[in-house]
Amino acid sequence: MPATAAALLAVLPLGYLAVRALERGPAYAWDVVADARTGELLLRSLGLTAAVVAACLVLGVSLAWLTVRTALPGARAWSVLATLPLAVPSYVTAFAWLSAAPSLAGFTGSALALTLASFPYVYLPVAAALRGTDPGHEEVSRSLGRGPLRTFLSVTLPQLRPAAAGGGLLVALYVLSDFGAVSLMRYDTFTRGIYTSYRASFDRTPAAALSAVLVLMTVALVAAETRTRGRAGYSRTGAGTARRAAPAALGRLRLPALAWCSTVVAAAVGFPLATLAYWLAVGSSATWDPAALTTTALTTLGVAAAGAALTTLLALPVGVIAARHRGRLAHLLEQAAYAGHAVPGITVALALVFFAVRYARPLYQETPLLICAYAVLFLPVAVAATRAAVLQAPPVLDDVARSLGRTPLGVLREVTVPLAAPGIAAGAALTFVVCMKELPATLLLRPTGMDTLATRLWTETGSGSFAAAAPYAAVLILVAAVPSYLLGRHRT
Amino acid sequence: MNDLQVSGVVTSYGPGATVLDGLDLTVRGGHLAAVLGPSGCGKTTLLRVIAGFLRAEAGSVTVAGRTLAGPGVHLPPERRRISIVPQEGALFPHLSVARNVAFGLTGTERGARARRVDEMLDLVGLGGYGHRMPHELSGGQQQRVALARALAPDPQLVLLDEPFSALDSALRGAVRADVRAVLRAGGATAVLVTHDQQEALSTADVVAVLRDGRVAQCAVPEELYQRPADPWVASFVGDAVFVPGTADKGVATTALGRVPLAAAQRDLREGLVLLRPEQLRLTDPDQADARGTVTGVCFYGHDAMVTVAVDGLDAPIGIRTPGGVPAGLGERVGVRVSGEATLHTAPA
Repeated sequence: MPATAAALLAVLPLGYLAVRALERGPAYAWDVVADARTGELLLRSLGLTAAVVAACLVLGVSLAWLTVRTALPGARAWSVLATLPLAVPSYVTAFAWLSAAPSLAGFTGSALALTLASFPYVYLPVAAALRGTDPGHEEVSRSLGRGPLRTFLSVTLPQLRPAAAGGGLLVALYVLSDFGAVSLMRYDTFTRGIYTSYRASFDRTPAAALSAVLVLMTVALVAAETRTRGRAGYSRTGAGTARRAAPAALGRLRLPALAWCSTVVAAAVGFPLATLAYWLAVGSSATWDPAALTTTALTTLGVAAAGAALTTLLALPVGVIAARHRGRLAHLLEQAAYAGHAVPGITVALALVFFAVRYARPLYQETPLLICAYAVLFLPVAVAATRAAVLQAPPVLDDVARSLGRTPLGVLREVTVPLAAPGIAAGAALTFVVCMKELPATLLLRPTGMDTLATRLWTETGSGSFAAAAPYAAVLILVAAVPSYLLGRHRT
Repeated sequence: MNDLQVSGVVTSYGPGATVLDGLDLTVRGGHLAAVLGPSGCGKTTLLRVIAGFLRAEAGSVTVAGRTLAGPGVHLPPERRRISIVPQEGALFPHLSVARNVAFGLTGTERGARARRVDEMLDLVGLGGYGHRMPHELSGGQQQRVALARALAPDPQLVLLDEPFSALDSALRGAVRADVRAVLRAGGATAVLVTHDQQEALSTADVVAVLRDGRVAQCAVPEELYQRPADPWVASFVGDAVFVPGTADKGVATTALGRVPLAAAQRDLREGLVLLRPEQLRLTDPDQADARGTVTGVCFYGHDAMVTVAVDGLDAPIGIRTPGGVPAGLGERVGVRVSGEATLHTAPA
């Protein structure tokens, strides 16, 4: 029951969006969609997505291979540094590059900021896959007469395909739904088009119709990624534990490899931090308002904590069901909960705005609605964490507990949840971080006069006051870094 | 007594994919029964049906006269008073050893519970380990704690699912003996599932061999080994030597000479005579009924397996000889038979 409620909440915005888009007849909605401007937005969005995904694949796979499989000096440190960009929101990266080089605005700047902010989505799964692949496969290939390069291309790379495709999908979804970076870079994509059209007129159909198209694009992407997984199995066959591969010597490539890693990390993390430091240093008392900063930070912490709490609570039943039950209903529930994954923040926000204005007027532009938006958007994060955590607890323990006299609910309370607690907590921390960084939904749904760190940063940068924006960016990174740090420690 | 009675149990993964096909099994109270079979024969499924994790489509499960599963009856696992010891022990990693053992002791008053935990830990030879966490124990110790946990609530039946397969072979024998002694002392009825013939024969009071979802034979270990129901069971429970032969008045005539038959199958005139490799002796070729040439030698330490192509037999036979290797490759040897054999219908 609670799982069904969570799934319904997750799907509701989508349903409502469709209703709203067709409100004035399909013909009118089609006119909006068929407009030349829509085609242009579509091309721009897809072009940006393709460029960023390609760049992320290059960065992510190369760094993963260098840090996991080669004798790169300081490989462990590099592998931590390569995940750090996750703690820097794309609009902060955009802010940093834009404030340093305003001429970057447009496609180049957007692609640069988004690539640097999202390549860890490729790096992490590919590095994990590289760690998990059985070096035995490569040794067999070498012994059958294939050289190192051919072995990499014909044995290693195909095994990385699911991880790389999964990471690429995350990047593509990230780019399609990104609002902060592209709007700061003044590059018109779908999300920016939706926002403009929502702000510009009282006719809600164009915004809803454009949102529907955006959702269709994301759904198509997810479907495409599922197909690339294909039919081959990618696990190890046979018994025994996998060994770690011996790291490959880099030889003369050692210096270029180090330079490559340094450049990427410097551009993604070092440069934004340096820029922030610069703007903080040149900031005067006129731009530096500690009282407002404190209020905003506290507000952000509050809504993010509420969002994380609600999301985790809703995710618990869905995650347990997804991990423990096979069957059509369980699968459907899980898929529904993942809907938020494919739906951009701005779309969820619009759907909730429409819904509140029509059916729940008192909630319109009130905090609870914002919290609900966070729950819809980030339910996938919490469900995935819960599911993975529950899967870690072997089902045989459930059997043992049942045979020793526990009811199914007793098993959940005494065995499953206590065992999964660290993973669920990690999911909650992650949800907290993403809630805090969320921009488009917060912009549309926040109560009048309320600011979070993200919206404040967006407003100040939009009006060119880089020095005024910097403190908010700095606090945002600092506060988001704490749970990220804890998450990293939890994993090791 | 806590007799276990399984009758006519049927389970399947959908139509045409039968796992248990009308299985019958009876285990007397206090006995340790081994369920032995190749992988995929339905051993684990049987265990899950008895424990209540799987619903049988037909048939019934009764323990101590109480019907746990049957037409219209399906008691949930928590109300069956059947404990399980899974592979690798499966201790709750978030609970100490003592709390693991106490897990099934709900509704017991605190002092009594603590006493029972101590008693069980002493029984498995782990007194004083109560405060440890599972990961601080060795594999064998974890397995013994799992046994203590299963026995603590005084169950009517204990089910052990290949509990020794995760242990290395040096440890396996010792833990096996401990478990057997503890089960004896506790007096509970137990069912041990295994694919290891040696384990089944050495540990159990009675062994049920499973094939294609049915019990092919259920007997005490010695009888199972010496008088198997058919050639398949014979080869499954140990190395077997089959030679064609004819029977007359309880004696079979074969290429290896005349062999007395154990259970005289009176209506069977000819078939396959089953011998075990250790019933055969290598002798001087001049003093034997049968002669052959050594085609292979495998040395195991405590004994050796010598393969001999016997004159008049199509396939070479294996002969187990204690001690060193008595003959080299290509050498001419004599073969003599000792003990009794069984006669079986040759498979079509």
